[in-house]
Amino acid sequence: MKWRDSWRFSAQVLLRHKARTVLLSFAVAIGVSSVLLLTSVGEGARHYVSSEFASLGSDILIILPGKKETSGGSIPFYSTTPRDLTIEDAQAINHLSKVKSVAPIIAGTALVSHKNKSREVITIGSTQDFMNVRNLTLAQGRGFSQKSVDLAESICIIGAQLKNDLFGRYNAMGQWLKIADRRYRVVGILKERGESLGLDMRDMVIIPIRSAESLFNSPALFRILIALKPRQDEQLVKQRILSLIKKRHDDEEDITIISQNAMMSSFEGISNFLTVAIGVIASISLVVAGFLIMNVSYISVSKRQQEIGLLKAIGATANEVRIIFLTESALLIFLGVSLGLATGYILAALFNQFITSFMLIIPWWAAVASGLMSFIIGLLFTWLPAAKAAGQDPVSAMRGN
Amino acid sequence: MTKQITLSHVNKTYVVGENPLHVLNDINLSIKEGEYISIMGPSGSGKSTLLNMIGLLDRIDSGSLVLENTETTALTEEQRAKLRRNSLGFIFQNFQLISRLTALENAELPLVLAGIDTSKRTEIVTKLFESLGLADRLQHLPKQLSGGQLQRVAIARAMVMSPKILLADEPTGNLDQKSGKDVVAVLEQLNLQGITLIMVTHDHELGARANRQLKMVDGVIVSDSGTSIEKDTKNEVA
Repeated sequence: MKWRDSWRFSAQVLLRHKARTVLLSFAVAIGVSSVLLLTSVGEGARHYVSSEFASLGSDILIILPGKKETSGGSIPFYSTTPRDLTIEDAQAINHLSKVKSVAPIIAGTALVSHKNKSREVITIGSTQDFMNVRNLTLAQGRGFSQKSVDLAESICIIGAQLKNDLFGRYNAMGQWLKIADRRYRVVGILKERGESLGLDMRDMVIIPIRSAESLFNSPALFRILIALKPRQDEQLVKQRILSLIKKRHDDEEDITIISQNAMMSSFEGISNFLTVAIGVIASISLVVAGFLIMNVSYISVSKRQQEIGLLKAIGATANEVRIIFLTESALLIFLGVSLGLATGYILAALFNQFITSFMLIIPWWAAVASGLMSFIIGLLFTWLPAAKAAGQDPVSAMRGN
Repeated sequence: MTKQITLSHVNKTYVVGENPLHVLNDINLSIKEGEYISIMGPSGSGKSTLLNMIGLLDRIDSGSLVLENTETTALTEEQRAKLRRNSLGFIFQNFQLISRLTALENAELPLVLAGIDTSKRTEIVTKLFESLGLADRLQHLPKQLSGGQLQRVAIARAMVMSPKILLADEPTGNLDQKSGKDVVAVLEQLNLQGITLIMVTHDHELGARANRQLKMVDGVIVSDSGTSIEKDTKNEVA
């Protein structure tokens, strides 16, 4: 029997039993689209976090005060240190040859008000390099100059949301606002941008670091962000920073350096694993579809005994009968997989059309794997009913026994 | 005429519950090319079983069955299937047509199994349908055909591979008298063209039309108009 005839013969059976064909195709389609949609959530999350990291720029090191200690419990902690990280530490790091720019950060929350409107927002004290290191851009105005930072000028840059809340549709540039009990003049407004690693850039205020020192009455830095020059050996730079700070802190290694690339790659590892795990869990529905196909195939073999008997009587070999049933199953799975892929991609596209804050991304391997798995499961589960059909005795089968 | 089918000491037993049922007992039969044979006997006499054995639809328990110079007892299932496909044509009492397929598709099934191209298949079936008076019924579904037409489609299916042997199990059993006569006329015409025709029937009138008549009782051929079995049996009974 030629393959083309086998496919045609199977297609006729599927067309004859339309309801059965549609229902089984749906079962496979649900399984395939579940795999696609669930893995797309995992892949979307991975992409979201990766882009968040990428928005910070590549080759970034973050210095935290205190050293990460190994504890007896499962959660490591950062030891307290008598020596704070200071602006001078940041300036010393800035002199290292492989460092492109350094942004020391003092952070806190403060009540920001303009006329009768006020709200508590995150207030960041930093230098002009903060904008570069965090890849921030201004919608209006200018950044800080070295002079304004050194002189602790009372100027600020505000987020887009804060501007709208305090000034509405009026121009905020050059206006004065109060942060705690001090007055600051607005010199820049950040371009509209979403959250970045938990920090809402739309709802914050940035002031020169020396101003923040006196505002929060503390010279202690919250973080130092360091952008490296391109193609630097990250480990080497980390070693240099450690030895520099150690020298400045009386031979104490009391800082922790986190590499953004290391964080990103470990996150990618976890998220990839989770995406695959989600895919595997979702593929259980494919196994369920496989059982359905097997049951229906058994029923089909029982109902078509006379046909099987006839085919064998007129010269079909056991293998040809087996192939007829397996081809039927393969066609059914092809329909289901096509429907499932189309449904998965359409639903993901619709989701992305309406929800812009998070994007569903169907990984290519999920589409390939769900299709392949459907065929493998479907054919495996049809094998037994097909073998039963192939083993039928023609005389008994034609009698319907 | 040369020997085409030879059965020697053929036995077949089915187990019903715990009891063995001997359906064929030491059958010896030789059939030559072009013979027209009817097998008659009461229900349960083994006539359909004998036809199934000759048609390789079932295996004999012991003895030998030579078909077209091939000893069939040692053949694998696949070899038996191919021999069935190429050398034998079957006609069944209840037509055994597949309801979802058209008359053309039903008739061409053996050709499909043999891997013949579509155009060649259509050509063969169309010619056969023309000779059987079914030229305008190619695309009809079985439910759109009369009993006589259904059996003629089944005859076309049996003939598409140009077999040398035609096995018919009660071919007129489900037909009215006129349709039955028409079908028999077609079968006899095929026999006249040189095809061996072996037909199981309850109908004595129909059975009597055959050149050679076998009578079976309890799994034994008790009379064969082509040999001296009838005389011998009568003598034994006497």
